[in-house]
Amino acid sequence: MRAPREHYLEVVKTTPFHRRTQAANHLNLWHRWRDYTVADAYFDVALEYTALRNACAVFDISPMTKHRISGPDALAFLNRLVTRDVSRIREGRVGYCVWCDDRGQVIDDGTIFHLGHNDYRLCSQERQLDWLLRSALGFDVSIREETAEVAALALQGPTSAAVLRALGVSAVESQTPFSLRVVPFEGSSLMVSRTGFTGDLGYELWIPPTHAERLWDALFEAGMHVGIKPMGTHALEMARIEAGFIQAGVDFLPADRAIRTDRTRSPLELDLGWLVDFNKDHFTGRAALLAERAQGSRYRLVRLDVEGNKPAKDAYIYDDRRRVIGAVTSSMWSPMCKASIALASVQMPWGDPQDTLWAEIYYQKELKWSRSNMRCQVMSGAFYEPARRKITPPPNV
Amino acid sequence: MTDQKPMVVIGAGHNGLVAAAYLARAGRKVVVLESRADVGGAASTHEFFPEFRVSSVAHLTSLLDPFLYKDLRLARHGLVFSKTHLKTVALDTRREALVFDQAHIVAGELSEGDRLAFAPFMLRMQRFAQLLGRQHGRVPPRLHWDQWRDAWPAARFGFDVRRLGRDDMREFLRVVTMAIQDVLDEEFSSDQLKGALALDALLGTKLGSRSGNTVFSYLHRCSGQSRLGTALPQGGVGAITQALASAALEAGAEIRLNTTVSGLQVTAGAVTAVMLGSGEQIAVSAVLSSLDPKTTLLRLLGARHLDTELAQRVQHFRSVGTTAKLHIALSGLPQFTGVQFAHVGERLVICPSSLYADEAFNPAKYQRYSEQPMMELSLPTVYDSTLAPSGRHVLSAIVQYAPYDVVGGWTAARAPFEAVIMQVLERYAPGIGSLVLGTELLTPVDLEERFGMTGGHWHHGELSMDQALMMRPVHGIAQYQMPVKGLLLCGAGAHPGGGVMGTAGRNAARVALKGLL
Repeated sequence: MRAPREHYLEVVKTTPFHRRTQAANHLNLWHRWRDYTVADAYFDVALEYTALRNACAVFDISPMTKHRISGPDALAFLNRLVTRDVSRIREGRVGYCVWCDDRGQVIDDGTIFHLGHNDYRLCSQERQLDWLLRSALGFDVSIREETAEVAALALQGPTSAAVLRALGVSAVESQTPFSLRVVPFEGSSLMVSRTGFTGDLGYELWIPPTHAERLWDALFEAGMHVGIKPMGTHALEMARIEAGFIQAGVDFLPADRAIRTDRTRSPLELDLGWLVDFNKDHFTGRAALLAERAQGSRYRLVRLDVEGNKPAKDAYIYDDRRRVIGAVTSSMWSPMCKASIALASVQMPWGDPQDTLWAEIYYQKELKWSRSNMRCQVMSGAFYEPARRKITPPPNV
Repeated sequence: MTDQKPMVVIGAGHNGLVAAAYLARAGRKVVVLESRADVGGAASTHEFFPEFRVSSVAHLTSLLDPFLYKDLRLARHGLVFSKTHLKTVALDTRREALVFDQAHIVAGELSEGDRLAFAPFMLRMQRFAQLLGRQHGRVPPRLHWDQWRDAWPAARFGFDVRRLGRDDMREFLRVVTMAIQDVLDEEFSSDQLKGALALDALLGTKLGSRSGNTVFSYLHRCSGQSRLGTALPQGGVGAITQALASAALEAGAEIRLNTTVSGLQVTAGAVTAVMLGSGEQIAVSAVLSSLDPKTTLLRLLGARHLDTELAQRVQHFRSVGTTAKLHIALSGLPQFTGVQFAHVGERLVICPSSLYADEAFNPAKYQRYSEQPMMELSLPTVYDSTLAPSGRHVLSAIVQYAPYDVVGGWTAARAPFEAVIMQVLERYAPGIGSLVLGTELLTPVDLEERFGMTGGHWHHGELSMDQALMMRPVHGIAQYQMPVKGLLLCGAGAHPGGGVMGTAGRNAARVALKGLL
């Protein structure tokens, strides 16, 4: 650790796993995630992805912003912050959530870990400390950012449970999706949550930074015979699109960063209406969302199965009469679905399952640009969701 | 009526009583809850020394809503003015006092140029002030228009500005955000005149004469729609609230004294009950709070029932009081230098130049009180024999600046600040010290303790352009109705603000009755 006033000397931080990820990074590909440098890919994006879907892969999620929220009003605070009813996330459980500004526009999404009585961890893509502190007016609650105090790895894929079993974590047998367990690990404690960003069977492992490297080594040793591989953000991106998950800054613009007011999206417009509970006490954005529910939304997030094999990158979406009614926000050729899939934001009232939508796709072959209009089928739910994701105990592969 | 739950008005100050009276007249069941032992709130008259009574906070009225007088028949309920159309007497230690009213110089020395400029300036300012005055009785427009009906009030305001005519409109738009000193310097050379006019712009604000926004506060102060000018109610300002209480009771409202509200109960986004300090709960159909916005929204309701950004705006509503009140029981009538006997009962001001006002303000910026404070003085006993024993007098002084958050706290600062005030008074009225029988100093901290307004701010919050009209108290809740259903603001923290007007109470009652709940 550098002295506080020398923080500028360290422009980009490294995660507690850096010595391991650096050694594994044969491509030497890195990018910056918040304050930290993380691997784009280690050896081959396609093979890392293949490991994830067929064996298991390890992704360093230490840069994820982590906030610790505790105190007598912690639950009341979180319930006022996010749109879902946090009182239904029992102790030892994890819940996905979004939070909005006064206009009911999504600031960010994240996960709430219910660690103990009135003790929570809120993980988010973006830095949220300022918004959390401002939201704390009138609550007896302590809010602290603990990003640097917790090292974390995502262990995802069909053999992930086998790795944990080999590691002696017997808790996985009874651990249901979105639950968390704390187990001893080499003189420290390891928190295991059955969560992830891949839509597959998987776990996230939380450990003090002092034990980070030991955890990495133990995982790779335990997983040696079940195909464990490190995975970079490119492979993860493929997995999360297949899972149909949205990402801040990609599929929606965080409301606190928007200059143009029509660029933001409400939870209802992101197909997250199931996360909005109007029956609980007040939460920020409630009145605006009630009004939106009464008057109708402006946009709708749709999951599209696009004809052909070209990724519909940044494509405009047209209706049957050649009117532009939206655009693709995330797209890929899905190896699991054997289809071109996309997340798109379209204007209401378009986007019903029976609507025929068209994607205008530009693509290049040997420096020559071509264009094709491809029919899109509106899908519901995840593009790819293997049964193992939800089975308890998880299948042993 | 099917709905037996009452509408509850919190606070029996003038705005609370006005709201209660209008609601009761419209046939609603109304209960007024007042924590003190008598009605009146900050608009009270109290005994500060045995047998000497004085208006607790404001001591003159110029902004009282004339509709109240008519609708609530305040004269029949006993409101009498012992003197109306009070003149301003600008004191000076070295020369004759300058005495003027809304358009005329009555006495004092003034250059020919200043004399010629005076009436046109005052009349122009009154035209501008009337433009604001016309907005008082209206629900302010919304900045965010969801419906066409929201566009109408904004259009009407724009139309009022346009109707000033080309020259006046241009001048209005030029001066409205300016510092009062700059405008006065353009017009006049007399320090005595400029000081007295500057004081009008600054009373009750945390601003100096060189601060922007002070032309606006001047216009607000002149925006009264009353035909009585600056007036002295018989029996002090408390007489107004006594008459209002009588009107409210006659209309059928119930007033519960010694009743503290500890919180509001919210169910499914609506206020359903008022919780009392005694533990009792009153189920309500609506709550109109005449308390200041911070007390109402952050303490009684709680920030958790508001959206985050709105709660932050309320928290940052500027409400640091800088105005103190000194009450002096006198054994006889003091002699003010340069003041004719006929004028001693008028409105006396100590602010010999606009620079004096700004220098008085400077320490307040750094949480210190003025070493040379400016003052507005009233000797109500000259016209009103009900306030003191015969032959004795009451001096009521509004003193600036005395910041709420004074360094070291008011317990320590109280005695030296009172000595400073007495020194200044002695300079303008030599010998006044020997007439003093007793005094009472009310600092902003005392005002907050007695009357509950956050920061001891007379207007419940600064009355400047950023906290006025569609932004009073803050944007998004400037139409009396709060985001929580059934909760309305009806006090000075709502449009059109403070100054013993009663208009906020009248407007809020109208909104409540319209069923915009």
